[in-house]
Amino acid sequence: MSLKERMSGNEAVAYAMKQINPDVMPAFPITPSTELPQNVANYIANGEMTTEFIPVESEHSAMSAAIGAEAAGARTMTATSSAGLAFMWEMLYVAASSRLPIVMAVVNRALTGPLNINCEHSDSMGARDSGWIQIYAENNQEAYDNFLQAYRIAEHKKVMTPVMICQDGFIVSHGVENITLLEDEKVKNFVGEYNPEHSLLKDTMAVGPYATSPYGMEAKRAQAEGVNQAKDVILEVAKEFGEISGRNYGLYEGYCLEDADYVIVAIGSACGTTKDAIDELRKEGKKVGLLKVRVFRPFPAEELTDALKNAKAIAIMDRAESYSSQGGPLAAELSAALFAAKSKAEVKKIVYGLNGRDYRVEDAKDVFAALEDIAENGNKNPFEYTYIGLRE
Amino acid sequence: MNYKEIQSREERLAPGHRMCAGCGGTIAVRNVLKALHPGDKAVVGNATGCLEVSSFTYPYTAYTDSYIHSAFENAGATLSGAEVAYKALKKKGKTEENVKFITFGGDGGTYDIGIQSLSGAMERGHDMVYVCYDNGAYMNTGIQRSSATPMYADTTTTPVGSESVGKPQYRKDLAAIMAAHNIPYIGQTTFIGNMMDLYTKSEKAIYTKGPAFLNIMAPCPRGWRYDAPEIIDICKKAVDTCYWPMFEVVEGKWILSYKPKNKLPIEEFLRPQGRFKHLFKSGNEYLIEQFQEEVDRRWEDLLKKCEA
Repeated sequence: MSLKERMSGNEAVAYAMKQINPDVMPAFPITPSTELPQNVANYIANGEMTTEFIPVESEHSAMSAAIGAEAAGARTMTATSSAGLAFMWEMLYVAASSRLPIVMAVVNRALTGPLNINCEHSDSMGARDSGWIQIYAENNQEAYDNFLQAYRIAEHKKVMTPVMICQDGFIVSHGVENITLLEDEKVKNFVGEYNPEHSLLKDTMAVGPYATSPYGMEAKRAQAEGVNQAKDVILEVAKEFGEISGRNYGLYEGYCLEDADYVIVAIGSACGTTKDAIDELRKEGKKVGLLKVRVFRPFPAEELTDALKNAKAIAIMDRAESYSSQGGPLAAELSAALFAAKSKAEVKKIVYGLNGRDYRVEDAKDVFAALEDIAENGNKNPFEYTYIGLRE
Repeated sequence: MNYKEIQSREERLAPGHRMCAGCGGTIAVRNVLKALHPGDKAVVGNATGCLEVSSFTYPYTAYTDSYIHSAFENAGATLSGAEVAYKALKKKGKTEENVKFITFGGDGGTYDIGIQSLSGAMERGHDMVYVCYDNGAYMNTGIQRSSATPMYADTTTTPVGSESVGKPQYRKDLAAIMAAHNIPYIGQTTFIGNMMDLYTKSEKAIYTKGPAFLNIMAPCPRGWRYDAPEIIDICKKAVDTCYWPMFEVVEGKWILSYKPKNKLPIEEFLRPQGRFKHLFKSGNEYLIEQFQEEVDRRWEDLLKKCEA
């Protein structure tokens, strides 16, 4: 008996937060994620949640307090965007290396320079090497579903790694769409009680040592193992979630992918736009498809390259600039994986949607046309990357 | 408080840590933790600094209580998270113990890089104690000036030279800033006599409900350049010259803990310290005069606050 509703991405994630009702939430407002702490504070004020909300004075303190709370044995969450995530930077690494399963809702927004409040993945992409698991959503339903699955992944004994649940700022966070919610009881049973094996309050323990070179490297290797193990756990949790919700998730989603010659690889809301373009082009008999990356950390290199094995030409699209002269981070990592997989496909690297620039169905069609061209004639500029909708 | 009973309490900062011989920070931590009532558990927090790298060097910890360090500028925020977790878990019946929350930071982590996090934690009213062990410079990175460094001190970022007489600015008055937060308890002290002032203030800070702040002058023989065994004498002179007055602010009321019978001239405090050596060169008398004027001004100001 699931519940049909209409909600924005922020409302959906705040609803998931209410249903999970974690012990502690330190947070500081920033557009476009502000509604998350606001809605939680409202739920608490009206007796619908018992979470202890900490109205910290900055995002740095939000992550610091989250570290203190989680280390003390409380299930902890927070939320942020853009500059807020950047301000947490130092503490992201501390949270991950201290193996604290904090869950953070990230509402993706451009990092400043110029100041801009619209969607970009530069914030969470910049944090891709901080040791956090990153799961991205295409729409409000996925943002909600991903958040419900997050603690099961983060708190898994083999993982013990914090998780970012990312959704596109404004496009998803403020766009109201239909959504199917799970009943409170179902969520409660699925997420389960949090009983950490060790904590500051349960044991006498010390967190956050100074480690000299004879010890630090092993700590980092052990940390990497937690992230490595997450791939299987994400799939196990998704399977169980599918059983209670009827909605199935993997490390990625393929759309018209199996027989596709020309494939767009993207993350987030752009995938919905791309699907519309595919529907139209398929009617014209074009063998086009989409690979939507859901899990960016751990990076599912084997799975993604296997899913792309039949493609003749691939457009890898980033909503973030790396200033590496090589396009964005997804392009860099997936290109490297394709090389390792001995792929013969032509690759086109594209940067799009910076500072909230629109990505339209026509743009996706143009990309597919360009892929057809390089599949036929070869990519004459394999080291170059291009932009969508840029005025030059 | 019974002095003998306190002395018989078990150490909560175990020997074997790597702090320097004669380190004031270590004396502060050891004695603050002794003010905890036997049987009470504590979660000890710590900003990055000498204390952290020398007392929790993996795989050894010197603390017999739970301990958390996360970074330099956020000891206030980090421990506030742990305190709220305790509150949340206690409400849910998931923890029964009586736990106190005490965090330590040097003046770098407290007066400077960590003041925002400290201010936020105090303003939010967490039931915790923030202890600043103030040694008046960034000692862990090698004696750089802080906003707690006294005027004219020779530090590695305010070196004395042909064009410099040391740190040009007066030191920040952190206790007054904390008082402006209107928290229930603030204590300023140092190592005097049998440390009863330190024990009394620590106990009050720990067992006052709500946020409390302790500012403890903790001399650093390396940074201040004096002979390590002289520490108690230096503390006595800091107090008797009124350079480091001992006082409390209880529920907004300023209370002087000690008034020297004969206020000593500031030279008495400055002379034993290598960082002030240049002040005693002929021609520099005016620097000492200026230092004295500022000490006097602040002392008079404090007396007024305490009379009010």
